[in-house]
Amino acid sequence: MDRMIKTLRYAGTFAATTLLLSGSSIAIAQSNGMTTNVPGAMSNVHIVSPVADGQWTMPAGDYGNTRYSPLDKINTGNVQNLHVVGTVSTGIPHGHEGAPLVVGSTLYIVTPYPDNLIALDLSKPGFPQKWIFEPNPDITSVGIACCDVVNRGASYADGKIIYNTLDAHTVAVDANTGKLVWKTQVGDIHFGETTTMAPVVARNVVIVGNSGGELGVRGQLTGLDVKTGKILWKAYSTGSDADVKIGSDFHPFYAKDRGKDLGLSTWTPGQWKLGGGTIWGWVSYDPELNLIYYGTGNPGVWNEDMRPGDNKWSITIWARDPVTGMAKWAYQVEPHDGFDYDEIMENVLIDMPWHGKMRKLLVHPGRTGFVFVMDRETGELLSAEKFEPVTWANGFDLKTGVVDTNASMQTHFGKYSKGICPSSTGAKEFVPSSFSPKTGYLYIPAHNTCMDYEGTAVNYIAGTPYLGASVRMYPGPGGYQGEFIAWDVANARKVWSIKDPDLPVYSGVLTTGGDLAFYGTMEGWFRAVDTKTGKILWQFKTGSGIVGNPMTFTGPDGKQYVAIYSGVGGWMGATALPSVSTDDPYAALGVVGAMKQIKAKTQPGDMLYVFGY
Amino acid sequence: MSLVTKSFGLLLGSLAIMPVLSAQSLRVCADPGNLPYSDVQKQGFENRIAALIARDLNEELHYFWFPQRDNFFRKTINQGLCDVVMGVPVGMKGLETTRSYYRSSYVFVTRKDQDLRISSFDDPRLRSLKIGVHVLSEQGDSLPPVYALTSRGITKNLVGISIFGNLNEKDPSTDLLKAVADKQVDVAVVWGPLAGYFAQHSPVPLSLTPVVEGPREQSLPFHFEIAIGVRRDETALRDALDAELERRRGEIAKILQSYGVPQPNIPSSSSDIRKSEVCGY
Repeated sequence: MDRMIKTLRYAGTFAATTLLLSGSSIAIAQSNGMTTNVPGAMSNVHIVSPVADGQWTMPAGDYGNTRYSPLDKINTGNVQNLHVVGTVSTGIPHGHEGAPLVVGSTLYIVTPYPDNLIALDLSKPGFPQKWIFEPNPDITSVGIACCDVVNRGASYADGKIIYNTLDAHTVAVDANTGKLVWKTQVGDIHFGETTTMAPVVARNVVIVGNSGGELGVRGQLTGLDVKTGKILWKAYSTGSDADVKIGSDFHPFYAKDRGKDLGLSTWTPGQWKLGGGTIWGWVSYDPELNLIYYGTGNPGVWNEDMRPGDNKWSITIWARDPVTGMAKWAYQVEPHDGFDYDEIMENVLIDMPWHGKMRKLLVHPGRTGFVFVMDRETGELLSAEKFEPVTWANGFDLKTGVVDTNASMQTHFGKYSKGICPSSTGAKEFVPSSFSPKTGYLYIPAHNTCMDYEGTAVNYIAGTPYLGASVRMYPGPGGYQGEFIAWDVANARKVWSIKDPDLPVYSGVLTTGGDLAFYGTMEGWFRAVDTKTGKILWQFKTGSGIVGNPMTFTGPDGKQYVAIYSGVGGWMGATALPSVSTDDPYAALGVVGAMKQIKAKTQPGDMLYVFGY
Repeated sequence: MSLVTKSFGLLLGSLAIMPVLSAQSLRVCADPGNLPYSDVQKQGFENRIAALIARDLNEELHYFWFPQRDNFFRKTINQGLCDVVMGVPVGMKGLETTRSYYRSSYVFVTRKDQDLRISSFDDPRLRSLKIGVHVLSEQGDSLPPVYALTSRGITKNLVGISIFGNLNEKDPSTDLLKAVADKQVDVAVVWGPLAGYFAQHSPVPLSLTPVVEGPREQSLPFHFEIAIGVRRDETALRDALDAELERRRGEIAKILQSYGVPQPNIPSSSSDIRKSEVCGY
């Protein structure tokens, strides 16, 4: 019952937010009310409230995507006592990305395809199943999904659990009964479009993005009414300003991102229709500024010779009004991408002093290998520093926002580009980092892989033969492949890291008020690390590699718990699945070359682990 | 090892998936809607050739239908759901291929009434005509016409049409040819068998001119030798199919002819593909 009270309090905070904003200017420089200095936090470091204080009602736990929970009953002093208190199998041995939700005394799991929703009763021993909802998505989507049949989770809002199914639909399920409330088609699988991302609900609008950049899908973000599922707006990643929802309130910080209909004019005619820029990562929200933040993926088609121009608005970080869908600012990180560097990674919202002045920051650890720090009110780039070996670019000009690329690394047909770092999988994948306001550090799950874009090989698709290019990925310099990094945001530097010699770090991160950072390895170790020193204080070997995100909650008994999925898969992780041969270095879009060790280290799994003390 | 024993071995290996098959079966993975190659009514030329081979080998023909999109091979033959895929290029990566049973090329397709007769990518008219090309994104690749044109700086007048189209459509890869017939583009560069078949049935008369590979195309072949694909370790099956393809050479040529498959007799560097590409792995 106390869980219900928490839910109400949360709803109340939200209503107050709406009320407060409607009457006053939203450009409040001073943090007040809407961001919070949590107990124990560094002075002047504020994060978006409410934080994940007991429940876990949205993909990141909080709108600001810090994935920080103030819960501290599990802490550096007693973490050694952490042990398994429950396990639940989903029966689907594919990549288990994302995290479960906890609302009141119920835990909700969204499985990989067929995207079942399982509700577990946390108030009873062994967490018995309350109900299961089966959306039965169109099986065609399995043939279309590029990189395993994953799902990255759900949001709780308005008494409903809301999530996407692989066949490009959004469903809302009654959180109590497990009955479908509404179901809306948001894309068309027959054009190669799928949905794998976790929706976020801001101001009663459900925000959903699409996947399928590998198939030349046109990226789009959809806003749906939380009550009815009705589509309120669509904002495309390519095309005219009207299609992209750019209007008079659009003020990009840099000249390079200003101009009329750039989503058309930065492409060869018609190519924008296959222009990619899909939105399959995380969405954050600042209630005070009333802006959502997200990034777009690689431009389509992949071959860059086909699409001269900047290819806007691929690989772009966006700020939009969630109610109208209209854009506030945009920053294209990399024009005319030739490396498949999606920038759909999380945007972590932090208010803190920056060079002596309090700023509202957006921190984006990128696939491109840079940690970007931006002013989230204006879109100004404040810092871009490398966190893994990078050869494709030398750096960013903060005055113009323009990237200084390394011309010798550019890819073209018939050209052999060697030693491109990071590889297409990035210095970091979509797996989200976590920010602790107690240390001021961002904890980044990272990879160190490079690639050669090379030679030619005979290939065939849809009846048509051709000689195409090949991508081969391999571990980068330094003798390690995965790295768990503590990154000092204010000073833009690595503080400490834990290296994995054989496999990328491909799990999300959780930080807590107990001074702990939790993450998993692709081999299956689930770890608790001291946030200050990087010392591994506790670890447990789960049954399969971890590609999901840890989360924490307070159980009906008042105790703190930590949960994680164990089930290897996803793009890099799919190389562990039986259907992929690790003998062929070009398989799975070339990623196999970097993943030789995986079959010797782990097997597919399908398990939720819950730990208590 | 006989083909029968081999198939039986495969059967044991995939009992969980297809438990009811007899030992004497030829299992083919094919696209359910991609004429002229194959469709679920078995009206494609690859369906015909497969039937011919299965009959000769005294094997029952079974199909596993799956759209030929990204990861087709990974999700079908390399999971053991079938033993062969018809119509793949010799030296196809990730597979063992038989001897070639036909050879075709990319062709320039125009409306007959225009009388354009384009056969080279160096034709100056390609700088201004609207040119339709198939686009795809599998593994970051593009088809050879895209490379040939973009490397000459011809990009503004290119119209990319997805080779995958809409799965709901009948034969989605024919969208590009419809674009020529409907005057959305002036010329398209298309893989021969698709163009030949479509031209046979097009209400608007079309001309097909095989691509002549110029010096710039030395590393970019437009002619391909086509074979049957088997899994890499299935050399016995490959040898049996090789013998069969040789024996039925005449009938196969007739089938291809009846579908309008262009088989231009142009010297090509691509005959060396099997040698040069296979040793890369």
